[in-house]
Amino acid sequence: MDMELNADQISARQAFRQFVEQHVIPTAAKCDALRETPPELIESLAREGYLGALVPKEYGGEGMDGLKWGLLCEAMGYGSASLLSLLTVHSMVIQAVLKWGTQAQREKWLPPLASGKIIAGFALTENKTGSDAKNTKTSARQQDDGTWLLQGNKKWMSFGQVASLFLILAQIDGKATAFLVERGSRGFSTEPITGMMGFRSAMLAQLHMDDCLVPAENILGRPGFGFSHVIGTALDQGRYSIAWGCAGLARACVDACLDYTDQREQFGVPIREHQLIQEMIADMITQSRAAQMLCFRAASLKEQGDPSLIMETSMAKYFASRAAVKIASDAVQIHGANGCSNQFPVERHFRDAKIMEIIEGSNQMQQIIIARYGYQRHQIKKKGGGNP
Amino acid sequence: MNPEEITLKIKNFAGQYVNTDNIEADTDLFASGMVNSLFAMQLVLFVEKEFGIKVENEDLDIDNFKSLDAIHLFIQRKLPVAS
Repeated sequence: MDMELNADQISARQAFRQFVEQHVIPTAAKCDALRETPPELIESLAREGYLGALVPKEYGGEGMDGLKWGLLCEAMGYGSASLLSLLTVHSMVIQAVLKWGTQAQREKWLPPLASGKIIAGFALTENKTGSDAKNTKTSARQQDDGTWLLQGNKKWMSFGQVASLFLILAQIDGKATAFLVERGSRGFSTEPITGMMGFRSAMLAQLHMDDCLVPAENILGRPGFGFSHVIGTALDQGRYSIAWGCAGLARACVDACLDYTDQREQFGVPIREHQLIQEMIADMITQSRAAQMLCFRAASLKEQGDPSLIMETSMAKYFASRAAVKIASDAVQIHGANGCSNQFPVERHFRDAKIMEIIEGSNQMQQIIIARYGYQRHQIKKKGGGNP
Repeated sequence: MNPEEITLKIKNFAGQYVNTDNIEADTDLFASGMVNSLFAMQLVLFVEKEFGIKVENEDLDIDNFKSLDAIHLFIQRKLPVAS
């Protein structure tokens, strides 16, 4: 596993960070306060090719590899977790269409997704169904002309207020099935969600489908494979993006604290001179670096298309989101009362970090599957299967 | 690649997620609850990486993935196309 970036990757990372410095950081606090992301900011992401980063060039995208995508998410997480969530959900739908779409679906949807003409939303969670997603209640029934009618509600969709194409999981006679649903579909509506602790400018929405009319050709994948394969592909992409975003959020908190402790004086010296501050700084830096390393590990496996990618990405997401919460919490502590004020970005990072532990599979779900994986690998080792 | 090599690779892969000593080659891995929801995509990645096969929309049929035998037959069917 090579964790050193080559010249091209360093250049890309520099460009991502420069974009975030110029376009994201100056507006992040205002977006958070107003609970919205202005269209021109989303358009700027599109202009840079970030919305189509993962779309192959043949469909009008950038054809970016997994590591560069991770570096982009890391840079975005540094500036705004809300904006990171736009990249995340948009890329989740792109990956699902790219992997499981028919040729006709790829040709129809990928070019407008790449250009940003269409913003995508991901709709899995419901009011009463979260981690147990196989038991989704939204249903679909086919009409005589082949079209589908979707009935149900979805909740907590990042950028659900602005997305115009949704990947929605529904049941067809107990078979989990993924559908692509356009905003303008008959019987489809969205409702803004307010009062969020974090991700305040992610423009969350509920989706309502009341006999929502969906064309026959908008099934993505096959009936019965909606959760295991289509949503599975999307969630893996989501966890990967969030893991990198958490590494970025953590780095933002570290940088903020390095600046703050240098300037803030107590007892006649900058607080960086106090050993209990140094203890927290040391832990923040180390945790941040460890999160990055797990992300690099996942990136390496992603490039190889290795099956262990899924578990290693789960571990990266689990660790990086926990680290982000701890680091953001310590950053607030170091900032004292200032850290509790929205005049300092660590206050927003702290609220956003908590969301990271919940989205794209709660950390408790990650713990369960990581532990099971560990026991299974241990059994192999005991049977003489080497030292996995 | 001969059938024995394919069988060995499948068993080695599946053995990372289920105890292959206790299952028959035709045991339905999904219906028996032996594997979790992540296994489906791990299997896709395994087949694609190990055999150079692209698993696509039209391959989404439970008969292609439900047992060790089914996976074997699916790979054998796809291999000539891949080569």
